[in-house]
Amino acid sequence: MEVAWMYGIIGGLMIGCAAGVYLLINGRIMGASGIAGSLVDGTAKSARVERIAFLLGLMGVPALASLFVAIPTTHVTSNLPLLIVAGIMVGFGTRLGSGCTSGHGVCGMSRFSVRSIVATCVYIGAGVLVIVAARRMGVL
Amino acid sequence: MRVLVSLFCGGLFGAGLVISGMTNTLRVQGFLDLFGMWDPTLMFVMGGAIVPMLFAWQIAARRKLSVLGGAFPVPHRTIIDKRLVVGSILFGMGWGLSGFCPGPAFASLSFSGASGLVFVVSMLIAMFATKPLSDRLFKQQ
Repeated sequence: MEVAWMYGIIGGLMIGCAAGVYLLINGRIMGASGIAGSLVDGTAKSARVERIAFLLGLMGVPALASLFVAIPTTHVTSNLPLLIVAGIMVGFGTRLGSGCTSGHGVCGMSRFSVRSIVATCVYIGAGVLVIVAARRMGVL
Repeated sequence: MRVLVSLFCGGLFGAGLVISGMTNTLRVQGFLDLFGMWDPTLMFVMGGAIVPMLFAWQIAARRKLSVLGGAFPVPHRTIIDKRLVVGSILFGMGWGLSGFCPGPAFASLSFSGASGLVFVVSMLIAMFATKPLSDRLFKQQ
């Protein structure tokens, strides 16, 4: 438990460096929902190939790493209806709200965007309420 | 070259998500469990990620153009509208229920099994449907 926050900072710095390089070199915001969403709804236009490459890197590096080192399991629920509902909420919510944890939380808050700060407070607040409610009802 | 940079950034993002523990849904839900067994890791991850980005925005402010791209992105909208708030509420609820947000859901696709795949496919279908649906629900703002 004591080392979790250290891995958190190291991993966080890597995420921030990835976002920084993506901004300074490619001139784009590294937001997972924006990159994936613009590909499926067709708004990616000319940036389609580089966004596909981004997703390939995002999925590919952990996949490659799992061949050599033991990657801790996701512990994700096997309740498929719950996953479908949650997936729909995350997909619709991030596109409607123009961002997720990476876009609003990392890229937006670091430029002191008021919209991103509001969005981050709102989704963390909604997440906390859901978890508190679920724990009260004895689920999750 | 832009494609290679994208591949690199995606890979570094994915590695960072795995190392930080953010592909572990229990850790994410533990962060949201503010009044239970609170797990602060996510706060360190977000803090750690914001630091390099603070510098990146400072450098961007002194430059006209990005190295390989065009101008730096400027915010499309600046007002807090219904879309932002309703969207973020829905996202936060789905995030809490599953412990997944889009980045980690993609990063863990190779080891999250059928559950991860079901989540990602549902998310992509909803992303595909968002634009036509939201234009009906929310008048153009």
